[in-house]
Amino acid sequence: MVTSGNREQLQMAAMVASVGAVSGSDVTVFLSMNALKFFVKDSSEKAPAEGEMGALLEDKNAPDFMELFGQAVEYGDAKIFPCSMAVDILGVKQDELKSFVSEPLGLTAFLSDASEGQVWHF
Amino acid sequence: MSERKLVDAKNTFCPGPLMELIGQMKMAEIGDELEILSTDQGSANDIPEWINKVGHEMVESFEKEGVWHIVVKKTK
Repeated sequence: MVTSGNREQLQMAAMVASVGAVSGSDVTVFLSMNALKFFVKDSSEKAPAEGEMGALLEDKNAPDFMELFGQAVEYGDAKIFPCSMAVDILGVKQDELKSFVSEPLGLTAFLSDASEGQVWHF
Repeated sequence: MSERKLVDAKNTFCPGPLMELIGQMKMAEIGDELEILSTDQGSANDIPEWINKVGHEMVESFEKEGVWHIVVKKTK
């Protein structure tokens, strides 16, 4: 569950999702709140750093979090769902989101999917 | 005929080198060896963990002049 719009949280979520997915775990990412807008296609908005580490991530050429989310899907069959409420509030359609993002998912369905797994919140 | 492919992932950080390796592994044939170069010690520790977990064959791992070389054989 990814709700933060800051770079450190998005980076950590992307790392866990990508490494988990390529290591044999079933990974489902649920995007909501301030995280969703960065997944709009052609969005040039950069996630602001919350602290020193966020600035260093960019200076030191850490992998881009969006690329890692894409690799989680491409290499590890992760599923990335936008929260249907956040999609409605933001006023975006599925085809306006990055191509690796699946169709909007409601909270009930996500909670049902997640009930037998570990839930990590970023 | 198997071959060894070099994957240069220097100057990025975990999990960048692992992801580059996996991308190249997808395109490799079974029996091929891939040698990944990384300047990130975290990746040098983490990539062998991944190889063991997923079940490929770890061929060798060594450091030379600040660059880690990890050689893996694709087994499936």
